[in-house]
Amino acid sequence: MSTILIQVKDLKKEYRTDEVVTKVLHGLSFSIAKGEFVAIMGPSGSGKSTLMHILGLLDRATSGTYELDGENVNDLSDDELAGLRNKKIGFVFQAFNLLPRTTVMDNVKLPLVYSEDKSDPEKRAREVLESVGLGHRLNYFTNQISGGEKQRVAIARALVNNPSVVFADEPTGNLDSKSGVQVMEILQKLNDAGNTIILVTHETYTAEHADRIIKIRDGLIFDDSKVVNRRIARDGEILK
Amino acid sequence: MFSLIRQCLKNSTASLLANKVRSFLTMLGIVIGVGAVIIIMAVGAGAQSLILAQVKSLGTNLIGVLPGKAENEGPPASAMGIIITTLTYEDAVALRDKKNAPHLSGVVAYSNGVGTASWGSHTYDTNLSGCTADMMDVEGGEIDKGRFFSEEEEKNLAKVVVLGRTVKNELFGESDAIGQRIKIKKHTFEVIGVMAERGTVAFQDYDDKIFLPIRTMQKLMLGVNHVNMIRAKVDYEENITKAMEEVTVTLRDRHDITDQSGAGDDFTVNSAAQALDMIKTITDALRYFLAAMAALSLLVGGIGIMNIMLVSVTERTREIGLRKAVGATNSNISNQFLIESIAITLIGGIIGIVGGGIISFLISLVARFLGYDWAFSLSLLSVILAVSVSSLVGLVFGLYPARKASQLEPVQALHYE
Repeated sequence: MSTILIQVKDLKKEYRTDEVVTKVLHGLSFSIAKGEFVAIMGPSGSGKSTLMHILGLLDRATSGTYELDGENVNDLSDDELAGLRNKKIGFVFQAFNLLPRTTVMDNVKLPLVYSEDKSDPEKRAREVLESVGLGHRLNYFTNQISGGEKQRVAIARALVNNPSVVFADEPTGNLDSKSGVQVMEILQKLNDAGNTIILVTHETYTAEHADRIIKIRDGLIFDDSKVVNRRIARDGEILK
Repeated sequence: MFSLIRQCLKNSTASLLANKVRSFLTMLGIVIGVGAVIIIMAVGAGAQSLILAQVKSLGTNLIGVLPGKAENEGPPASAMGIIITTLTYEDAVALRDKKNAPHLSGVVAYSNGVGTASWGSHTYDTNLSGCTADMMDVEGGEIDKGRFFSEEEEKNLAKVVVLGRTVKNELFGESDAIGQRIKIKKHTFEVIGVMAERGTVAFQDYDDKIFLPIRTMQKLMLGVNHVNMIRAKVDYEENITKAMEEVTVTLRDRHDITDQSGAGDDFTVNSAAQALDMIKTITDALRYFLAAMAALSLLVGGIGIMNIMLVSVTERTREIGLRKAVGATNSNISNQFLIESIAITLIGGIIGIVGGGIISFLISLVARFLGYDWAFSLSLLSVILAVSVSSLVGLVFGLYPARKASQLEPVQALHYE
């Protein structure tokens, strides 16, 4: 039995605008162990993005409990949440969200700027960039590289602080299929190396690269099961 | 923290350079504001030094007596052109007496007017300065040719004149004036001397004047008995207070004023040092007032900066969201935007100081070229003030946009389109 990394119980989220209350999550309970590669899947409007935001400490649940790495995060202040995001969480977004007019190197170093650990950011950033195959692009500006490369920079940025978990929100959504495969390959390799990955997607095809899929529909868990025939992304070709 | 600031500065320069025109226009408000303050302070200091130098050139150990009582430390009404007749030639004679005022080394009384002087077919409108014989002892100046009139001539209503350089040139040209007779207001005067060229001292053109004995001026020209002003020279500078006291006592005695508090005085005694102080106070006040007016443009510039920073916050909403996602706290974000707005105003301020300094220097060059004794001074104080005020403007007007940026919800910010 591996250690529990994420444990949520009866997680609910509702938005209030004026007098209208919109319920998005109706009470979710599940746990994710260290080293898992989980896909959270669901159609748009299902609440999967909201769930990812709460799990990623970008948003707060309305009720229910959430323990990350054994720590209850419900009562933490904004600054404490920011500190946890910095230390324990890496994000990869569909739209890359790289800083414009900034070099690849500086983008990857960004989380280290807000980090308490000040041990040679330059060296660490170069290491992770080399690990995603971008050792030759260190001083390029983000507008000078391709979409696939941008997403690999984003992955490097997510990894630079050695997070406990990496959230990937539709990481292949803005990419051509070849770049998409490369990104999935990197995510799988990271998982093989022991990283916990949580992938949010609406595509079954992409979700099947994970080893477990949590399906969300209308704010409830509709299905939670292991992937039987996991897709493996390798060298630009999909092998069953 | 250090690397955070460095990162912020790097980001700021990057985003400033990315919008060069916008950054420049934003900065322009601050550049103009700071530049204007610097120019006004520097040019004001130059003008002030010019004025003070003019007053000082008369000598600082002079005291002046004006008719009429000073009101609330200000100048007496006579200084404003109102004629008060309480001061007489006899007062000046009394002050000349060493028994009354032992610390005075010279006393001159003036009775002034204007008139037209003519020599043959040449005429010239000029200032008539009726004065006592020891005018030059008090005021300085030199005789170029001939002589000044004597105390004897002063008392005897002698019809003699001493011409200022300009008057001599206008009436006589190159020919010799000494011994010639000129006419002023139907009276004939003998020219006994010509003054050496002296120029403008304390805003009076000493060359465009005819000096004549004061009694002659009072009786023949004006038909009055009062004098416009008495000026006296104190033997040593440290005796100025004593001398002023002597003058006051003598005049009260002569005018039968028993009230020693000064409330009943019909004259005012001033020292040049006091006058200098007063002029300095007035010109200082003027300078600071003008600088404050110019500083108002900094306010306008600051509002411009706030506007642009708000635009920048909106434009960079996604960036803010990302920064928060990777661990930036609210204060990290607000510091970043504060540093950026301070950077804009600080750079603007420095450009303003350099630009304003150059312009003030050029103005001083032009003024000196035009013959004014104009000192260029860019005070450290005004530079420090300009730098700190412009940073303060950045801080104050950056505060609201920075706060707005820091309070963006990370989720909304990340998905902002």
